[in-house]
Amino acid sequence: MTERTIDVNYLARVEGEGSLYVKLDGDQITKLEFGIFEPPRFFEAFLRGRHFTEVPDITSRICGICPIGYQTSSINAMEDACGVTVSPEIEALRRLIYCGEWIESHALHLFLLHAPDFLGYESAIHMAKDLPEEVEMGLRLKKIGNAIVQVVGGREIHPINKRVGGFYRAPTRRELETLRPDLEWGLDAALRTANLVTGFNFPDLERDYLFVAMRHPDEYPMARGRVVSSAGLDISAAEYDSHFHEEHVERSNALHSVTGDGTPYHVGPMARFNLNHEQLTPHAAAAATRAGLTAPVINPFRSIIVRAIEIILSFEESLRIIDEYRPPQPPAIDVPPRAGTGFGISEAPRGLLYHRYRIDQAGIIEDAKIVPPTSQNQPTIEADLFDLISANLALSDEDLTWQCEQAIRNYDPCISCATHFLDLRIDRD
Amino acid sequence: MSKPKLAVWKFASCDGCQLSLLDAEDELLAVAGAIEIANFPEASREVAPGPYQLSLVEGSITTPHDAARIQQVRAESEVLVTIGACATAGGIQALRNWADVAEFTSAVYANPAFIDTLATSTAIADHVPVDFELRGCPISKHQLLEVVNAFLYGRRPDIPGYSVCIECKRRGTTCAMVADGTPCLGPVTQAGCGAICPAYHRGCYGCFGPSESANLESLISEWQRLEVDKPTLVRALRTYNGYAPEYRAASEKLEASL
Repeated sequence: MTERTIDVNYLARVEGEGSLYVKLDGDQITKLEFGIFEPPRFFEAFLRGRHFTEVPDITSRICGICPIGYQTSSINAMEDACGVTVSPEIEALRRLIYCGEWIESHALHLFLLHAPDFLGYESAIHMAKDLPEEVEMGLRLKKIGNAIVQVVGGREIHPINKRVGGFYRAPTRRELETLRPDLEWGLDAALRTANLVTGFNFPDLERDYLFVAMRHPDEYPMARGRVVSSAGLDISAAEYDSHFHEEHVERSNALHSVTGDGTPYHVGPMARFNLNHEQLTPHAAAAATRAGLTAPVINPFRSIIVRAIEIILSFEESLRIIDEYRPPQPPAIDVPPRAGTGFGISEAPRGLLYHRYRIDQAGIIEDAKIVPPTSQNQPTIEADLFDLISANLALSDEDLTWQCEQAIRNYDPCISCATHFLDLRIDRD
Repeated sequence: MSKPKLAVWKFASCDGCQLSLLDAEDELLAVAGAIEIANFPEASREVAPGPYQLSLVEGSITTPHDAARIQQVRAESEVLVTIGACATAGGIQALRNWADVAEFTSAVYANPAFIDTLATSTAIADHVPVDFELRGCPISKHQLLEVVNAFLYGRRPDIPGYSVCIECKRRGTTCAMVADGTPCLGPVTQAGCGAICPAYHRGCYGCFGPSESANLESLISEWQRLEVDKPTLVRALRTYNGYAPEYRAASEKLEASL
């Protein structure tokens, strides 16, 4: 009986520090551990004692790639705790800045982190030697996403303009209009991107996932809505804790999320698409049809096409919001603190992001809980790897390792977020 | 002549500062042309062995493993530049330095015994000699490109140590504190961000850490004149650069007087 190990100590092209260790005894997987050694930073602990208005700035520091996600979910939670609702104009501006983050994050992942796997390059920089136009298109798309975040939020990473109740300053119509030529180019480039990735080869892997995403009656979900699942769940953010819980396992500094009965579930672009495809914008819907995407998409490698579709959607939505833009007056509403618990959710680029805070009557935080998308996907990623390895034992260690890495990158795991996540080792004894 | 080798290292952080290199969309391929990106796991699977002529280090030291790893990084690096508030001051996670870490661990994790962590989050310079510290939470990509350029030409980076006030004047922003009575950390915070916050009608919150010759005492009395209470002042000084010596001394003095 031959034994093999696959061992990747430091997984590349993901955000943060993770590893994979797989031990095989013949064709049996005896051990599979997707580990997270990113050091813990204890956000939930040091948020206690801080003032509720400070939380959007502090939680944005959980992740440099998706700060808008953290700011949005925490602001939603604080407004829920204090019992306020904001104007439609503020909600529109929140959706616009979130579109910027989806474009920036998806373009980064699609072109710089994931496409090199499909095309056989070590990195996008290697890829740029043969495919300069594609890489330059990806960089420009990413730059436009960042430009949206910068105009609305003040800067790309850890933007400064979002606050509980709205924005410090509403951008002027003229500031937003400066984005228009790039957004029009970007919509066209995003449509070309969808065609490009549709032509990739997708490894065979189909699984019967439990998909979980937000849903909103008026729009493809981003900053507001309820939580729904492919099993018929339909709950408010306040009910999240009664349906999902986190487990702490030894190999990981990230907590693993499962449903009440211990079932792994899948969040992110595929879950959003499968549960909300009827809400796609016109160009995004047409591009999905051209790409042959029909819900449910159950091959996780095809998530790269879904990301391209969501980039198209984000450009269409950005243009629409700018067309209809009326600066919110005032840019923020007053939010007097009141004692209570608030629940906040939003769709970060990688999936559902849940926050819960308890504050006292002076607005000081007594308790905080944050569940990032990568924690929720971690058990599902391990289950994908189990099936993928079982079906591909004939591959060499080198090819199997690369395919495992590619499968992990299907989820665009953000380890910095999940640690509160990867290093790959395959052991074949 | 072979190109100098660049390595990017991550310790406890949010990834935002190394992302700044990928965010230099117009310059990334040019940088890759001038430097061999030899070890940058966030961007590439390929890892070339050291030694490296330039190492950019993101993140703070928070675990025994990382305290040992930074020694190895230093040994493999000719020039070591720390990037961002985590690496230069311990970051937001340095809030643990004023708290009980065992209690923190049990607040976040069900099985605290699985977690191996130090009681403190500290700057890289507290562990190894550092050739240059680039401040910011996040760093400015323009300043990062300046540092990489300066390294390529063998000169000192031109990174000013003056305060955000200078950038506000240059930008033509009316003083938030004087004109609007908005508490602002700009007078004691190093420039580099471009004075964004006051231009968005909020006070500076200190992302770039203490400016040169920062007068904390004067700033604190001005905030108190604006009727900011001491606990709020302590919190304002204890964010992303809270453990930088000047901010730390001021917040600890305030706390002792509570």
